[in-house]
Amino acid sequence: MRLSDLPRGTDAVIDSVDDHGSTDPVAQRLRELGFVPGEAVRIVATAPLGGDPLAVRIGFTRFALRRTEAARVNVHTAGVQA
Amino acid sequence: MTALNIALVGNPNCGKTALFNLLTGSRQKVANYAGATVERKEGWFTTPAGRTVRLLDLPGAYSLNATSPDEAVTRDVCAGTYRGEAAPDLLVCVADATNLRLHLRFVLEMRALGRPVVLALNMIDAAQRNGMEIDLPRLQAEIGMPVVPTVGIRRDGARSLLERLDGAPPPVPVALPAGTDLHAMVRQILSDCVTHSTPLSDRVEERLDRWVLHPVWGPVILIVLLFFMFQAVFAWAQPLMDGIDAGMGWLGQQVGQLLPDGVLRSLIVDGVIAGAGSVVTFLPQILILFAWILVLEESGYLPRAAFLLDRLMSFAGLSGRSFIPLLSSFACAVPGVMATRTIQNPRDRLVTILIAPLMTCSARLPVYTLLIGAFIPHRNIAGFLNLQGLVLFGLYALGIVSAVVVARVLRWRNPDRQEATLLMELPAYRLPNPRDLALGLWERARIFLMRVGTTIVSLTVLLWGLSSFPAPPPGAPGPAIDWSLAGRIGHLMMPIFAPLGFNWQICVALIPGLAAREVAVGALATVYSLGSGTDTDQAALQLGQMLPTHWSMATALSLLAWYVYAPQCVATLAVIRRETASWRVVVLAAGYLFALAYVAAFLTYHIARMF
Repeated sequence: MRLSDLPRGTDAVIDSVDDHGSTDPVAQRLRELGFVPGEAVRIVATAPLGGDPLAVRIGFTRFALRRTEAARVNVHTAGVQA
Repeated sequence: MTALNIALVGNPNCGKTALFNLLTGSRQKVANYAGATVERKEGWFTTPAGRTVRLLDLPGAYSLNATSPDEAVTRDVCAGTYRGEAAPDLLVCVADATNLRLHLRFVLEMRALGRPVVLALNMIDAAQRNGMEIDLPRLQAEIGMPVVPTVGIRRDGARSLLERLDGAPPPVPVALPAGTDLHAMVRQILSDCVTHSTPLSDRVEERLDRWVLHPVWGPVILIVLLFFMFQAVFAWAQPLMDGIDAGMGWLGQQVGQLLPDGVLRSLIVDGVIAGAGSVVTFLPQILILFAWILVLEESGYLPRAAFLLDRLMSFAGLSGRSFIPLLSSFACAVPGVMATRTIQNPRDRLVTILIAPLMTCSARLPVYTLLIGAFIPHRNIAGFLNLQGLVLFGLYALGIVSAVVVARVLRWRNPDRQEATLLMELPAYRLPNPRDLALGLWERARIFLMRVGTTIVSLTVLLWGLSSFPAPPPGAPGPAIDWSLAGRIGHLMMPIFAPLGFNWQICVALIPGLAAREVAVGALATVYSLGSGTDTDQAALQLGQMLPTHWSMATALSLLAWYVYAPQCVATLAVIRRETASWRVVVLAAGYLFALAYVAAFLTYHIARMF
């Protein structure tokens, strides 16, 4: 499942981050910010007017991500194997 | 002994600037890095043992693998390869103790630089309040560098750091083997050194964000905040601005009485004092607006506002960060352009700067009011809509719609290699610290007065010269300005502006109107030889009664359309020059606004003549 498809308020765990193209600065930055396999994530809010961007909590930090950015992150819901 | 060069590095929102302010106080210098528009902040202080330290506050960075101009500066200065910057003798790496999972990875990256590093574990008090216990000796051993606890917002919060600076110089940390998984290492360090006693969901952020980011309540809270912000900018600043205006007028009169009638008096009263007056009258608006923006930024709310507005701004191809600067531009484009510093993406910032003058600023209102009052009939449409109000609304809407179109064209003309990204941290909420607010405000005020103000005063004096020389021969008929260089230029401009329906009086009034848009009303009064030009309200009233007999409706509408776009504001151009450090952008802004103004006025004039 992609992070962009995760329902709000559901705990999930990151499996991987996909690169779009050979060098993807967005994917690179996501990994540096802690979007790495095994890390717990949760969508804490979605913006008005169509639910884009998303507010995502990872570790002790919250990030605002557009859906296109969140679609690079593969997750599975906590307690369920992907 | 020579000064010790120290650079402060750290993630954005680690409290680095608060620590910088605490260490240096007001001994700071703000400029730009050579060849970049990135802000460079440097300060000085003396340690208790008497060492002089030159402290550089580097831009916040998430990684040495830079993705923005700010991060590239940080990377190059840390590596000692930035041209014109001395390589730092010591790096003080600041990390927010409450957010170590994110910040420690960057700290570990520092070990590869081959420079001595000290880790300042900042906001250690907040970590303790959050129920975190950090084993400092163990952290120091595992992270491989000296660790000192700091509290940037407490008076003695840097004591441990200062003691460390006076002690033996810290060693160069051992570089980690290539390919080390820094995230895994951070997890290991945290599980060894940090214990939590409070669950995450009880944190203040969790509870506040449930309201602030809520799809319905979030926008409601935002609108209420913006309402008070603009109430403050317009209503609270107005008495101060009127007071300064009156004060400068009084000063002009006093000086005028001291000096003999003549060129020198006119230069000082109408040139220098009037120019300086127009600069300082901006100051209350700028300071009030910036006080709000600083509070919103320091408290952590500004990125959340950007989150809520991102979708709306994406219609113009921008991100939510551009909203506040553009909204501010409805008061005045000068603080609006200055506020674009909160936009990290350089291209979004440039587009925002370029479209900010299209937001109808308050200085255009006197011109709109004059022309609408004189030409648009006071009539109701559909029973309750006032035609004059509709036209005014239309002028505002035209500015906004044009801004969206221009922003989209600019994006389409310069397609980014990368996709439009947001990826923005929503930092922890914090109570803004009075010292940081005061220093931030002082910095803005100084930049505005020194850099922008000097340009505005020089140009005002230049425009005064153009409007005053040569003086008319004794007993000459017509207004004095008609004999001046400005008058001649106005007549020379006629062939260009005649297709817009402008007469020579309008052309002449456009020149002093460059200093500030509202001056055009007074200039028109002067050209039509009404009053002395000192009592603007009286002159505007007389003008309103007289203009319909001199101008056609088409001319009036054409001038209104011109004013929606007209790049007639020296102050805006000066601040664009200051903020972008580029004359090219100034020329681009003035050029495209002039072209739009010309086309809009031309079309309006010719369409209006058909009826």
